[in-house]
Amino acid sequence: MIPELGHFALILALLVALAQAALPLLGAATNSAPLMALARPAARAQALLVAFAFGCLAWSFAGNDFSVLNVASNSNSELPLHYRIAATWGSHEGSLLLWTLMLAGWSFAVTLFSRNLPRELLARVLSVMGLISVGFLLFMLLTSNPFERLVPAAVEGRDLNPLLQDPGMVFHPPLLYMGYVGFSVAFSFAVAALIGGRLDAAWARWSRPWTTVAWSFLTIGIALGSGWAYYTLGWGGWWFWDPVENASFMPWLTGTALIHSLAVTEKRGAFRSWTVLLAILAFSLSLLGTFLVRSGVLTSVHAFATDPARGVFILIFLAVVVGGSLALFAWRAGKVGLGGSFAVVSRESMLLANNILLIVAMASVLLGTLYPLFLDALGLGKLSVGPPYFDSVFYPLMAPAAFLMGVGPLARWSHAPIPELWQRLRWAFAVAIVSALILPMILGRWTPLIAGGVLLAVWIVASVVETLRVRIASAPRGDLLGALRTNSSSYYGMLLAHLGVGIFIAGVTLVKGYEIERDIRLEPGDAVEVGGYEFRFVGVTPGPGPNYRAVTGRFEVRKDARLVETLKPEKRIYNASGQAMTIAAIDVGILGDRYVSLGEPAGATAGDITGAWSVRIYVKPFIDWIWAGVLLMGLGGFLAVMDRRYRLAPRRGSVSASPSIASAAD
Amino acid sequence: MKALRWAVPLLIFAVLIAFLWVGLGRDPREVPSPLIGKPAPSFALARLHDAEARLSSDELKGTVWLLNVWASWCVSCRVEHPLLMQLAESKVVPIYGLDYKDKPDAGRTWLAQNGNPYTASAVDLDGRVGIDYGVYGVPETFVVDKQGIVRYKQIGPITAEALKDKILPLVRELQR
Amino acid sequence: MTRARANVCAVFAMLALSAGAHGAKMDSPADLAFDARMRELESELRCLVCQNQTLADSNADLADDLRREVRTLARSGKSDDEIKAYLVQRYGDFVLYRPPVRRSTLLLWGGPFALLAGGALLWSVVLRRRQRLPDPTVVAGDDALERARRALDG
Repeated sequence: MIPELGHFALILALLVALAQAALPLLGAATNSAPLMALARPAARAQALLVAFAFGCLAWSFAGNDFSVLNVASNSNSELPLHYRIAATWGSHEGSLLLWTLMLAGWSFAVTLFSRNLPRELLARVLSVMGLISVGFLLFMLLTSNPFERLVPAAVEGRDLNPLLQDPGMVFHPPLLYMGYVGFSVAFSFAVAALIGGRLDAAWARWSRPWTTVAWSFLTIGIALGSGWAYYTLGWGGWWFWDPVENASFMPWLTGTALIHSLAVTEKRGAFRSWTVLLAILAFSLSLLGTFLVRSGVLTSVHAFATDPARGVFILIFLAVVVGGSLALFAWRAGKVGLGGSFAVVSRESMLLANNILLIVAMASVLLGTLYPLFLDALGLGKLSVGPPYFDSVFYPLMAPAAFLMGVGPLARWSHAPIPELWQRLRWAFAVAIVSALILPMILGRWTPLIAGGVLLAVWIVASVVETLRVRIASAPRGDLLGALRTNSSSYYGMLLAHLGVGIFIAGVTLVKGYEIERDIRLEPGDAVEVGGYEFRFVGVTPGPGPNYRAVTGRFEVRKDARLVETLKPEKRIYNASGQAMTIAAIDVGILGDRYVSLGEPAGATAGDITGAWSVRIYVKPFIDWIWAGVLLMGLGGFLAVMDRRYRLAPRRGSVSASPSIASAAD
Repeated sequence: MKALRWAVPLLIFAVLIAFLWVGLGRDPREVPSPLIGKPAPSFALARLHDAEARLSSDELKGTVWLLNVWASWCVSCRVEHPLLMQLAESKVVPIYGLDYKDKPDAGRTWLAQNGNPYTASAVDLDGRVGIDYGVYGVPETFVVDKQGIVRYKQIGPITAEALKDKILPLVRELQR
Repeated sequence: MTRARANVCAVFAMLALSAGAHGAKMDSPADLAFDARMRELESELRCLVCQNQTLADSNADLADDLRREVRTLARSGKSDDEIKAYLVQRYGDFVLYRPPVRRSTLLLWGGPFALLAGGALLWSVVLRRRQRLPDPTVVAGDDALERARRALDG
């Protein structure tokens, strides 16, 4: 009964979404207040219906209702409750419902935080979001019903893929989807503004917090996914340039460009058509990612079970939504005006350069991701585009962007005199150069690549410190707290995010430069020295888990004959599916990780676990700085939207009255 | 011309959609063999049913033959097995088996249970010959012509359609 | 299909019980250097069974065989390029994670740099046009603008 209620709620939600998509838009076109007023209640009703449907599915999972196909295929009664609930979004169908729920949730949030939006704008925004909802609800109901019954019901479920039975599964998909789907708000604002023909600084100010929040979720979602891969896949990598990772990285790069471009549009009225294009692109790339993951056109480690009918549906949907918005852009963008002038060296010009670099990087990732498909479609053979390609293309593009990151925040709008910049930044520059020359030598090996990475990382961190110092020094003497308070939280958010980039670069550089990886065969009692640590393999012991059997290895890690840590990597065989899983054991430290994962028994007799094992032993210096840096970026985003400006401005509805912007906008 | 500038994203997107549409009909996991049109790698391996004797690719010159890579541990080999049995009964073309990374005992038992469609099977214990043939997903089937050139490779189980539409017509043509 | 393949990878991992380790136990500097070179090479090669894993990372049985093959070839004095050619001859370009530069990959390798050049051109065109625009705002410093806005916002 519960699954049928959920299914029914989805059908109702589709009807409401149809109304939400059509009527307010019509109202805005005909200037009919009652029709426009429908937007808000319709969006809220739709959100409640989708949330109810989601609750029904989660209920079926929690209650082990194996008469539901989705539950029977992706859960098991032995599965702990929190994973049964996470299994709700473990399948293609369930994750689609999660996506739709997020979309409905964002629409709901728009209805809450829009009290002073012009009603035409609000009506159009919610209409566009309703249209996207219609697409996803139709997709689910026509090709991927999460509530489909299984007759006769299964006695036991087939279990959730062991790779997904992890705390990462509980947090990573919801956060990632919050980000993906969050870009739909900026997208809808952009399309609404294009329809209405009003693309001004006020529009940018309304879009900005939504974009920043979505971006922050996406950032943290990606970081969690990367960290999860690091400890579950068992080979110590944290980014593989896999198509699915690229699918999340492309909207991220575009979103990053959008955040910066929105700042220019809000403060200076410039780059309006460019900003609109980015807003359309960020969400379009999220949709493209959905297509790539679910249609099976590319191979990936974590693709869903695929089905050509689904691919066709998403492709048509993609063509309608993205094609429609780009056509609208082609038609209207030429008429939005330019904004103010600026000099070759100014914050605008640097932000423009940053935008171009980010978009070129995004386009390169897109090219590399789809190139195998292009060649295959043209009948020119199959090839693989992997990490070596992306690394060699991506680093040169990001290096100048990282350099600009140091200068930009200190540059003035409109015109930034170079002598003044040089005077402010020469210390940061000197510190970066000296660190790049000396630090790698202290760490043991100097190569141009390591030195370059250290240079950029230190440069960013030092320039953030310098920027902060300049800000504080300009306040009255002695009043440090007062000086700190004169800056907005969005300013600190920006500095924090930039600091995060610096720390991220440091982590990547140091781990790539100094990591030591050994794949080795060890007999119980053997010891091996890796990166200054002695790893002694004590042996393995078998033991049961809640829904799996495991063998647990025991490794004593010593430094200078002193026991540092005992690591216990596991090898699991899950009862229901018989699938094997490797759980690495990691001794985490600020200065680096010690990482051990069990390979296979390698004794003389097959299947003898008491003999030798093949083992992967890695020492990864500073690897946690990678995620720490990315988390700081995300937190910086959240800090930025706490700005009082965003909370106060809509209430008065007078943001566009700020004189410099109003004049720049015309 | 100036107005067209704003349509550039739309045009790029249209091209992208066209490619994605074509891509939907392709299988990205299937890796075409670079061996097609090239001489079949030669091998000389112990026969499954007569460990003393060898099966050598050289002795097959002058006939069109199929090389079917199989193993007793291979689940999807069971799917194509009835088709192979039919093909063997029809005596259209000799099928040689490559028992890939298998225990010979297990291989013999498997054939005794399921029927033996092979004129002879060679034992590839360590998978070295498999590597020469670019085997990556058992079962795989190669069509080799009279000159010893590989003309076709089926990756995964042979299907009735593949047999009817591709393999048999090709074999007849090559036998002419 | 994808799911089935994923399972196959897991099954392969279990079947590989007897396959043994691909790294022997060795500690001399020459061995360590050889091991590092092999890891480097293997991380540029794609596993064909668990596609989207490198040969270095994959636990698939075939990956184990190929690693052994690669190491045997390397010990017999073959260079990295010769080893890659050996694999390409058998499995095609698909095994290379670094696509070879040739006519069909010109766009792939040249594309990003062409885009960058286009971006640089766009940047300079925009700047030139912007400089010619009249500046509607009196050049107010960032701080002044911020203060003005704060005053307006109350």
